Amino acid sequence: MGKDAPYPMLDVTAAGVIERVNDAARELLTGACPGVPLARAAPAWLAQAHRAVAGGRARPGTGPAHGPVGERVFEAHALRADADRVEWWLLDVTGHRRAAEALRAEREWTGFLVEASRELTSSLNLDRCLEVTARLAARHLADAALVITPMVGRRHRVTVCDPHGRVVREDLGVDARTVPGLEGALRGYPPVPARWIDPARAPGWVVREGFGTIGSAVVMTLPGHGLPAGALVLLRRRRQQSFAPREEVFARLFAAWAGAAISVARMYAEQAAITETLMAELLPPVELRVNGAEVAARYRPAGVTELVGGDFYDVHPAAGSGREALVVLGDVAGKGLEAAVLTGKIRNTLHALLPMADDHHRILERLNDVLLAREHPTRFVTLVLASVAACGPRVALRVTSAGHPAPLILRNDGRVEAVEATGTLIGLLDSITSTTQDVLLDPGETCLLYSDGIIEARGGPCGDELFGEERLCERLCDCAGMPADAVAERVQMLASQWVGGGEHDDMAVVAITAPRGERA
Amino acid sequence: MRIDERAEALWAAAIAGDEDAAADVVLAALDAGVPMESVLLDVVAAVQARAGREWADNRITVAQEHTATAVNDRVLAVLAHHPSARDDRRDAPARGRVVVACVDGEWHAFPARLLAEVLRLRGWRVDYLGAQVPAPHLIGHLHRTNPDAVALSSSLAVRLPAAHAAITACQSTGVPVLAGGAAFGPDGRYARLLGADAWAPDACAAADLLASGPLPRRSGGEPPHLAGHEYDVLTEQAADLVRGVMGELGRRVPQMTGYTEEQLARTAEDIAYIVEFLRAALYVSDPELFTSFVAWMAGVLTSRGVPTRALSTGLRTLAARLTDLPGARDMLERAQATLRADAR
Repeated sequence: MGKDAPYPMLDVTAAGVIERVNDAARELLTGACPGVPLARAAPAWLAQAHRAVAGGRARPGTGPAHGPVGERVFEAHALRADADRVEWWLLDVTGHRRAAEALRAEREWTGFLVEASRELTSSLNLDRCLEVTARLAARHLADAALVITPMVGRRHRVTVCDPHGRVVREDLGVDARTVPGLEGALRGYPPVPARWIDPARAPGWVVREGFGTIGSAVVMTLPGHGLPAGALVLLRRRRQQSFAPREEVFARLFAAWAGAAISVARMYAEQAAITETLMAELLPPVELRVNGAEVAARYRPAGVTELVGGDFYDVHPAAGSGREALVVLGDVAGKGLEAAVLTGKIRNTLHALLPMADDHHRILERLNDVLLAREHPTRFVTLVLASVAACGPRVALRVTSAGHPAPLILRNDGRVEAVEATGTLIGLLDSITSTTQDVLLDPGETCLLYSDGIIEARGGPCGDELFGEERLCERLCDCAGMPADAVAERVQMLASQWVGGGEHDDMAVVAITAPRGERA
Repeated sequence: MRIDERAEALWAAAIAGDEDAAADVVLAALDAGVPMESVLLDVVAAVQARAGREWADNRITVAQEHTATAVNDRVLAVLAHHPSARDDRRDAPARGRVVVACVDGEWHAFPARLLAEVLRLRGWRVDYLGAQVPAPHLIGHLHRTNPDAVALSSSLAVRLPAAHAAITACQSTGVPVLAGGAAFGPDGRYARLLGADAWAPDACAAADLLASGPLPRRSGGEPPHLAGHEYDVLTEQAADLVRGVMGELGRRVPQMTGYTEEQLARTAEDIAYIVEFLRAALYVSDPELFTSFVAWMAGVLTSRGVPTRALSTGLRTLAARLTDLPGARDMLERAQATLRADAR
């Protein structure tokens, strides 16, 4: 055995007693002499490794045992092992192990940042962003974490992730000043540094009972796009007064990302709420109720991201002298939001003109005057008015078209007739003409109002054909006797499938049907 | 009264377009103590499924099929407001929020609507977005509402590319996707292929799955890329291809010279439909998808007195124009072999 070998070496009997030991080993392991049990002179991990090898239980492929000896780390290699003894060589791997440890920590941080960026950038929903922030912070930066948003309506939204990874959301009417540093962190700007506080002095809604022992707490600001996004409170079991150097960089980076994600989500929610409120006025009506007739409608704006466009329809259950309902379908020149805003004005104007509904021409004249009186009368509108009244089991219609495609009547025998109701479009000329046509629907028959987006749909099996009025009439033959809802759905579907994935104009359809059969 | 007798009664009312009689059937079932879920699934859904079969077999017209669907839709609305539904919803444990939507281009809204009703009965807060929901609308809704899951429905396999886009888009916002509907295959194989987090064969199974806890996320990093070269080529050339096949058929099939405008237009649409299914089959690289579609179409044509020979000729003509697409040709050949085997 190399008495002067640079590596610590020792022979140990199968029973665990040191038999021989070199100088380096003697120096390393205090008290290591022949005759001394290994367990007394060496650290537990080495004694355990010896028992495993001597007992033939060392698993192949697991690599050498390793562990600390004093300040350093050693690997223990069993060089020769037989039934009586094992010869151990100890290798100092402190540098290597430390480098590996640093690399592992670095990888962990990188993994954390990758996960954080993926999760924080994926959603525009405020609650989800708050939840992700709390969960990631508790998992990677602390044992438990709270995300606290600036006060809205005297309450703070507090998102808590406990040490088990469970997230709860609460709206609490708490005073931020009861947590040192929280008020400043919530203000966001100018940015304040992370502040370590004594967890014993934090209120119960921060350091909660179920968290177990909390040794330290730090309050950080979540800065977001120039706006205060909230504050992050990290709670740790360990007692400490500051971040480790590497840790601080990552914690600040995470707080910046989370703050940005939260403020974007909040802005999105605010914008969406405003849009929704403004849009509500412009959306087509959902409820379509008319005495004595079924009415169904379908609407599809030109742009896939849009909810409204230049087509519109309305159903007024009582118009004129009150015996008739008025159904309106119209099309403002142009599409998108600008056209939609004008449809809103026209719908309001028509609503105000309802008392005149016995005389379609008068309504159209007044609407024409209103549109021409605008400061920039550049957009015109085409529309169809249909007054609807029950007439026994039948439905009586008075139909007027103002520059609009002629409504179609679907008879029970499958015939399709165009209503001869012509007139000038509205909002362009000082005087207008119109003719009103009477139509009688037998039970099961339908009058279809539609916008030109239906017949001008371009596509089909060969890609570039117009859907056209002729094809619409042909396909309507198949719909004889169907309820209003099924007719409207079918027309909208045929035109949409005709364009496939291609571009199309706004499409609107209203079906007015005389109900079939006896109604209870 | 047995449950199938009630389904039979609803069927009669639905194809007659008699909403009141239809409502009477389901209300009588509830009064007789049939549970709401059973009325939905064993009566209403059974009638809806039958409408599809009877149309394929040419026993009812398109108008009757659409009428039945419209009546059934109204029946669902009646059931949703029935006191027993309100009781079920009140007694169910409070659960989270689920968005139910059909993929873009998918018009068959009934299965999704049925699922929405079943989930409401089980205590979920449901946002039902309806038929053919464009992906931007769906995603906007997810950002605004932060649901626990999205249930995506698709009936026709030609919507699989759109379904794939919707599934990956939903997942990218962090919301898991439960896929359902005939488009995903009888065993849900396409749902798995497209990376959906879960799949359910029917509304009941979907509700059970959602009740069993948060959907397990499908891991595996990047979503699968499916559209291959042949799919891209076929997509670009679909319209030209239909025109070419129509011209070729006009020369090869003598009776087509006597076709009316409308007959020609419908033939072109049939061919376009075949090309669409071929594209879908290429998208998921599964010849079985195309073969089963052709078998279904042969059944539809046969029941209308059109010999499958016409379909064979169409497939052959199509194959002859796809010299650069071996995968597509292989699918066409397999489908023809199935037609021949069925003919014998």
